[in-house]
Amino acid sequence: MSEIQREEMLYDVVIVGAGPAGLSSAIKLKQLNEELSICILEKASEVGAHVLSGNVFETKAMDELIPNWKELETPINTKVTSEDFSFLTNKKSFKIPNFLLPKSLQNHGNYIISLSNLCKWLGEFAENLGIEIFPGFAASKLIYNESDEVIGVQTGDMGLDSENKPKDNFEPGINIKGKVTILSEGCRGHLGKEVIKKFKLDDKNKSPQQYGIGFKEIWEVDHEKHQLGKVSHSVGWPLESDTYGGSFCYHAENNQIYLGYVIGLDYKNPYLSPYDEFQQFKTHPEIKKLLSGGKRISYGARALIEGGLQSLPQMHMPGALLIGCDAGTLNMPKIKGSHTAMKSGIIAAEVINNHIKNNTDLSAYETEFKNSWIYEELNQARNVKPSFRWGLVPAMIFTGIDQKIFGGKLPFTLEHKHADHESLLPARDSKKIEYPKYDNEFTFDKPSSVYLSGTNHAENQPCHLLLNDQNLSTTFTIEEYDEPAQRYCPAGVYEVEYDNEIQKNILKINSQNCIHCKTCDIKEPSQNIEWVTPEGGGGPIYSGT
Amino acid sequence: MAVLVIAEHDNQVLKTSTLNTITAAQKINNEVHLIILGKDIQTLSDTSKSIHLISKVLKCDNEKLENFLPEILAPIIVKTALSYSHVIAPASTFGKNLLPRISALLDTTQVSDIIGIENENTFIRPIYAGNAISHVQTNQEINLLTIRPSSFEKCENSGGEATLEEIPFIDSEAKTHFVSKEVSKSDRPELGSARIVVSGGRGLENSDNFKLLYDLADKLNAAVGASRAAVDSGYIGNEYQVGQTGKMVAPELYIAVGISGAIQHLAGMKESKVIVAINKDLEAPIFNVADYGLSSDLFQAIPEIIKELDLLNQIDS
Amino acid sequence: MKLVYFIEIQMKVLVAVKRVVDYKVQIRVKSDNSGVETQNVKMSVNPPDENAIEEAVKLKEQGIATETIAISIGEDKCQDVLRTSMAMGIDRSILVKSQNSLEPLAVAKTLKKIIEKEKPDLVLMGKQAIDDDSNQTGQILSALLNWPQGCFISSLKIEDKKVLISREVDEGIEKLETSLPAVLTCDLRLNTPRFASLPNIMKAKKKPLEAIEIETLDIDIEPKIKTLKVIDPPTRKAGVMVKDVKELVQKLKNEAKVI
Repeated sequence: MSEIQREEMLYDVVIVGAGPAGLSSAIKLKQLNEELSICILEKASEVGAHVLSGNVFETKAMDELIPNWKELETPINTKVTSEDFSFLTNKKSFKIPNFLLPKSLQNHGNYIISLSNLCKWLGEFAENLGIEIFPGFAASKLIYNESDEVIGVQTGDMGLDSENKPKDNFEPGINIKGKVTILSEGCRGHLGKEVIKKFKLDDKNKSPQQYGIGFKEIWEVDHEKHQLGKVSHSVGWPLESDTYGGSFCYHAENNQIYLGYVIGLDYKNPYLSPYDEFQQFKTHPEIKKLLSGGKRISYGARALIEGGLQSLPQMHMPGALLIGCDAGTLNMPKIKGSHTAMKSGIIAAEVINNHIKNNTDLSAYETEFKNSWIYEELNQARNVKPSFRWGLVPAMIFTGIDQKIFGGKLPFTLEHKHADHESLLPARDSKKIEYPKYDNEFTFDKPSSVYLSGTNHAENQPCHLLLNDQNLSTTFTIEEYDEPAQRYCPAGVYEVEYDNEIQKNILKINSQNCIHCKTCDIKEPSQNIEWVTPEGGGGPIYSGT
Repeated sequence: MAVLVIAEHDNQVLKTSTLNTITAAQKINNEVHLIILGKDIQTLSDTSKSIHLISKVLKCDNEKLENFLPEILAPIIVKTALSYSHVIAPASTFGKNLLPRISALLDTTQVSDIIGIENENTFIRPIYAGNAISHVQTNQEINLLTIRPSSFEKCENSGGEATLEEIPFIDSEAKTHFVSKEVSKSDRPELGSARIVVSGGRGLENSDNFKLLYDLADKLNAAVGASRAAVDSGYIGNEYQVGQTGKMVAPELYIAVGISGAIQHLAGMKESKVIVAINKDLEAPIFNVADYGLSSDLFQAIPEIIKELDLLNQIDS
Repeated sequence: MKLVYFIEIQMKVLVAVKRVVDYKVQIRVKSDNSGVETQNVKMSVNPPDENAIEEAVKLKEQGIATETIAISIGEDKCQDVLRTSMAMGIDRSILVKSQNSLEPLAVAKTLKKIIEKEKPDLVLMGKQAIDDDSNQTGQILSALLNWPQGCFISSLKIEDKKVLISREVDEGIEKLETSLPAVLTCDLRLNTPRFASLPNIMKAKKKPLEAIEIETLDIDIEPKIKTLKVIDPPTRKAGVMVKDVKELVQKLKNEAKVI
């Protein structure tokens, strides 16, 4: 296609992604200087529709951002009333006494919330402050000036067909320029990935980044079985002890249960299917008891960023800041990233306000970050995740000592050894895993799950899952790993199909099913899959997640 | 009071939808009258007298009624409707076009697209494209209803002895003129309104094999549909897609060939009256919703079915 | 001296727009069976109403229409769909504020009141709302106004005073000729609605949006139909497996009676 003339819009600050980090940043900026013009681009069809999180919410950052939030009608209502942590075997569960649990796993004073609903609320709050939010518009490209500084983003073209030709309703993307651009796309943002590489933000002695895949379902259960405010976590069954992961189960408002599972993407067996591990988890007698007679009303999955401080890239670059999970501020032992994401956004706002007013350098972000409580938190948490490469039990013992006795202040730092895409063993050296059949009562197949997420992409548009090498799956990942994509993808996007013409198995990509979790971009062994933004408004429509 | 059914016809014969509507009317009250408006409909009205369950046929014959313009039909029906408790039409494009006009003139709220009748004032109807079912109650002086034809059996069109009554034509100034009607270009019926739909999935393996499906469809006078997998694989065009993102269909018979039955597909066809699934894979979820399942290689089964249908036709004729 | 007379031909188009649960959302029946959950659910312009908006904007672009107005009825939040309409190119809009959801008859009566004031030459709307699936409002409105109606249209041509439409009917396509003023309801096949561009979304924020309280219109909006309960559709149960093609065809003929 020939170069198209693109319209241009100018702002002081352009923010990519209306999640907790981006929204907090925008709100704080307006609070610091109401004259600033700010816009937020959001690829979901509405704010919150791509937000999926547990979520037990620590209000620390919210208290700083909107101190009177308790007087407002926020969707933060359900205080944690009780909690437990169990080790599961296939039939039994063993509770670990609360006094043995590290402080990071204690949730007194926290709230069970839907982060999607909170973002929706923050979005309205932001709009009332005069911030322009544009849902349904994906920031597809970064714009740089001659000196390679980020000067804004380009929104995706709308109305292209699968061959990239304009359709009747073609609407070219536009350039949105700002004095500063904030990237807050969440875990593994595709612009975040670009800037980390371009500006070598992860070069200075950083461990490779670590990721997990998180699943969440919402169930409506019997009133009698529901204990409002109860928080449960478990480790153990059905995962083998060399795989990092565990479950959560939160009793939220309206007789709803937020049920989920998180699995580290550094797993080794290519036959492991995170989706099926989660489904199987629900067949544990304790969970079955809770869910029986209930109804599943929601499903979603999203990659989460687990590397912590060792892997945290430099968060500033010429013209832009990288914040929240787009950088990697999640606190893994706490399994919480919302409060740190919000705080990283608040700090960004302060740095940017100063930058615009006094022309100070954006690199001030590093110092401000180090002086804040996020740094302290992440520093204490840093050794937990890497210790799990020793297996579940040694790691739990180590974590007990590290967190309980030393408060995370041991005088050494464990590094992450490998990136997640390097961890798979060849199929021939791995044990096949037989997962039980779906019973359509507690466990369901992928299409029915994706259906619940309201996922859709306008038909006949370019595929947004790019293969750098078109044939690599046929010649490599199918042969070597029995194509793990068909198992790690939580939405059934990838299928292996026999091609009669070339008489070989080929990879088929059903990109319409994609729920934007980014797992393929992370886990593909040769990093051959590139997730880029589809037409704005596509993807899941999560609500209440 | 009796129930009035508005006949859908082509000036020569009644459409089946009328017979379905009469069955629905009978569930409300035993006394059912049929109103036929059209041009040169003497024969049509005479034969309609023998419809089982009908006690009176009302006829309005005028050349201006030839093309069923609602602006002309409505005032005539309104005048007659005053002495009935219920006025019912099929929820076809004919009924949908006409009945709301009557609702406006009578200042009455109509209940659309009924799939079940609990009693004379409680009705069941789908909302949100069939994803929820609503039970509603109406107790107005005259109750206006459209019913979904496929939800009610058709009544026998013989055995009755209705009386015939002529009703006067009321002329209204029509600003609309009929130009033409093009019956579907394709020889096959429209996917959205076909009585039988034959749908193919990825099991067909390529676009050439869809020919098998066309052959079967032609035998059954059916429309052809496809699953998203088949459309995505390029076997057949987008416009054939049945499912959540494609067309929603509710035919009397839906034959799913080589379709696994992904939920998106089921969402688009689960309202079908009878579902047949033909699939090699016994585990395919389509079998969970099928009334008749055949676990077999479709490349053998389809030609066999065609042969069986030919045999049947020979016996019938 | 020469006198030039400008005869200005006005043609106003009014588009009725409904705010409904987005068609991509998997709706959920409330656990107390009182209706469908709409809290925290994504809402959008009713899809065929988008076709109506697109057609109105096209008529303006072609120089046939001189002004386009969108109207919606409902709670304050219906402003969203009016802003979207204006971002797609509608000139201005009217929100009739109502806390209760209205039946088609009441909607048509409300529209009639506004039409008496605005005096449009053409009213466009979607053929059906995808929430209650009533498919009535356009027909009722045209009867109340005693205007010609054209329902389920898939093409529209306006030449001089003549209006040529194609209607999507069960048997195929019906072509009608009528005149203005008229009420037309749009099928999805009428056109491809455009995307609202970002600059147009910004412009739409400044376009006029007039709000009217429904009480001031003095119409009867009392519901005449009572919803007793809303339930999930019955789940289909697996039927029988047949052993061969012969049995299948026999069963379809003699048991199901569908062939």
